[in-house]
Amino acid sequence: MTVTLSKIRKNASNILVYAVLSVLGILWVLPIAYLVYTAFRVTPSTGIINTLFPSGLRLGIGNFTRLFGDTMFSKWLANTLLVSVCSCALSTAFILMVSYALSRLRFRLRKPIMNILLVLGMFPGFMSMIAVYFILKAMGLTNSLLALILVYSGSAALSYYICKGFFDTVPRAMEEAAILDGASQPVVFWKIILPMAKPIIVYTVLTSFISPWCDFIFVNTIISDRDKYTVSLGLYKMINAEKNSFNDNFTVFCAGAFVVGGIIVSLFMSMQRYYVEGVTSGAVKG
Amino acid sequence: MGMKKRTGSKCGFFSEIVTAFRKGSAYTKLSFLVMGAGQLARGQIVKGVAYLLAELAFVGFMVFFGGYYIGHLFSGNLGTKLSGEIWNEELQIFEKIRGDNSFLILLYGVASLLLIALFIVVWVSNIKGSYQNDKKIAAGEKVTSFREDWNTLLNEKFHFPLLTLPFLGLLVFTVMPLVFMVLIAFTNYDYAHTPPGKLFDWVGFANFKTLFSLSGGTTGFAFVFLRVLAWTFIWAFFATFTNYFLGLVIALMINKKGIKLKMLWRTLFVLAIAVPQFVTLLLMQKILDGDGILNKILGTNILWLTDQRYLSLLPRVMIILVNIWIGVPYTLLMCSGILMNIPADYYEAARIDGASPARIFFNVTLPYMLHITTPYLITQFVGNINNFNVIWLLTGGGPVDNLHYGGGSQAQSTDLLVTWLYRLTTDRNPQYNVASVIGIVIFVISATLSLITYNKTSSAKREDAFQ
Repeated sequence: MTVTLSKIRKNASNILVYAVLSVLGILWVLPIAYLVYTAFRVTPSTGIINTLFPSGLRLGIGNFTRLFGDTMFSKWLANTLLVSVCSCALSTAFILMVSYALSRLRFRLRKPIMNILLVLGMFPGFMSMIAVYFILKAMGLTNSLLALILVYSGSAALSYYICKGFFDTVPRAMEEAAILDGASQPVVFWKIILPMAKPIIVYTVLTSFISPWCDFIFVNTIISDRDKYTVSLGLYKMINAEKNSFNDNFTVFCAGAFVVGGIIVSLFMSMQRYYVEGVTSGAVKG
Repeated sequence: MGMKKRTGSKCGFFSEIVTAFRKGSAYTKLSFLVMGAGQLARGQIVKGVAYLLAELAFVGFMVFFGGYYIGHLFSGNLGTKLSGEIWNEELQIFEKIRGDNSFLILLYGVASLLLIALFIVVWVSNIKGSYQNDKKIAAGEKVTSFREDWNTLLNEKFHFPLLTLPFLGLLVFTVMPLVFMVLIAFTNYDYAHTPPGKLFDWVGFANFKTLFSLSGGTTGFAFVFLRVLAWTFIWAFFATFTNYFLGLVIALMINKKGIKLKMLWRTLFVLAIAVPQFVTLLLMQKILDGDGILNKILGTNILWLTDQRYLSLLPRVMIILVNIWIGVPYTLLMCSGILMNIPADYYEAARIDGASPARIFFNVTLPYMLHITTPYLITQFVGNINNFNVIWLLTGGGPVDNLHYGGGSQAQSTDLLVTWLYRLTTDRNPQYNVASVIGIVIFVISATLSLITYNKTSSAKREDAFQ
């Protein structure tokens, strides 16, 4: 009796969970579905946003041809790719170097440096944005992609924390053995620690690669030439520049968002295993 | 990697220099003036020349550039001479113009000060190196060769090559701007004092008084500040905990025994991460617009993001709801990772004791999760205090609510401290001085919270715990 009763109860609770998950899942997918749907919607420009199924609705890839033909999207895409590849390489190198030094090496200023980095990280980034702009201007670098690369990777050292947390968990025995065998520190760093740190490297690469695709505040301050925009600023301006730009460009905006989203999805999909491993190993430890 | 012996106390830094001067050889004494002398005399050519070049470059910089700005920085005011040719110089702030430029004096002054600090470090290491040489010679040893120095740099001092470049980046793009902006808080740099046309000057704590003294009444800065501060905290609280608990609950449901297609469910939610945040936010803003698709579908006319009634209650709630949509996938990912790691014994023991699922949740799962994720929660809280994007892209800080927010303060009803700061610096009538004070306030709040986390978890003390 009791066995069947508990079984029924278990089934009932499972059904409830399925129901709740379905409702929530739909809620989470709907906006994305709307985005994709709009991206493939080709109708006359008016009324495009406030009618879901207008009469004479046509689906097609017209928005994408407009995106790559009429706007500078392909140029923006190339800019973003350049900036994110460069800044990602620099930031990853910086973060790995700083975390390795602070985690595995022991030197006199280690603790003070960690405290200083902690304090520096607590200032809101926007506070210094104007000053950063003028510093770049003094260097003659405003309106250039190089400036973006420098800004994105210049403060990378501040986000060393997760990576250091990972390095802290790597056993010391191996590197001690290697040092006894006469290996120098660079060899230990390169040949022993880095290969073991693959998940956290992928995590760092991924996060620093993606941030230029999402930031538009700094780009907005530093870049003013249309042909130097990154995709995020380009898309933002596409629907926020003028009063009517929204109605005219919304479908094209969605097409652009679809492309950017597609790039990020494929990146995440291919690296998801490492990403989750990286998050859980470094970010949260008692 | 043995323990490094600690050299002296904190004042050891200076006493070492004094000893070097008292007991050092003539070369060491000469090194105080001519850098690299102690190295060159002992045949450490590369090192010696590097020190000498560093000194020459520094002196040159100070004579031709830095000295002027440092002099102005410490003269008690930030320039006195107004530029005479404002009208044809517009926007070209960095052209040499006749008058003083308070902005450049401050910016280049700070840059020069940082350079001096760097130089002092190099100068001290030059003296110390020379004194080391003295001691080696006195003990009858040979001074280190270039090759040996190089090897030291790659082993005992490997942190030097590792840290130099990242810290240079930090210095230029974080420290310098920050020092500059903190100093701005003590000036009257605003739209009425914008170089090169006008000058600005030190005003002491006047801006802090503006922001904190309640004399301005309900539309004064102080009152507005308290309102914005209160909303910042309310927002951060709800944003953090709604995300956390909903993420946890969904993770629990997906991880529940007997639930199939776990991967599919997880992907359904995680998909939201793939869309860049600004796209989601812009999309949501358009969906929730007065003429947006949501009102069309519901057949209503609700101003989801611009309704001013009840202290703009509706926009505030909508912001938190949209934030749930954006944030839950992240907490879901994290929570499901940790949930899988809860030792099975705990559940076994609870089940043997006959605990109900609800009791297991409140007595096993939740305490374990909270214990592990407290640091994460506090970091999230601080992150939400500074969550610029969600507010800025959804409501832009609005709706404007003239009844409660004074025109001069430029604050709007859903503004957080950061968005308010941003508006104050990018508006047509910028008030950089007040913005800087707000920045300092944000810093104090985040710093206090983060220090609590840091001490509570004291992960600094236990960094070897998992090795």
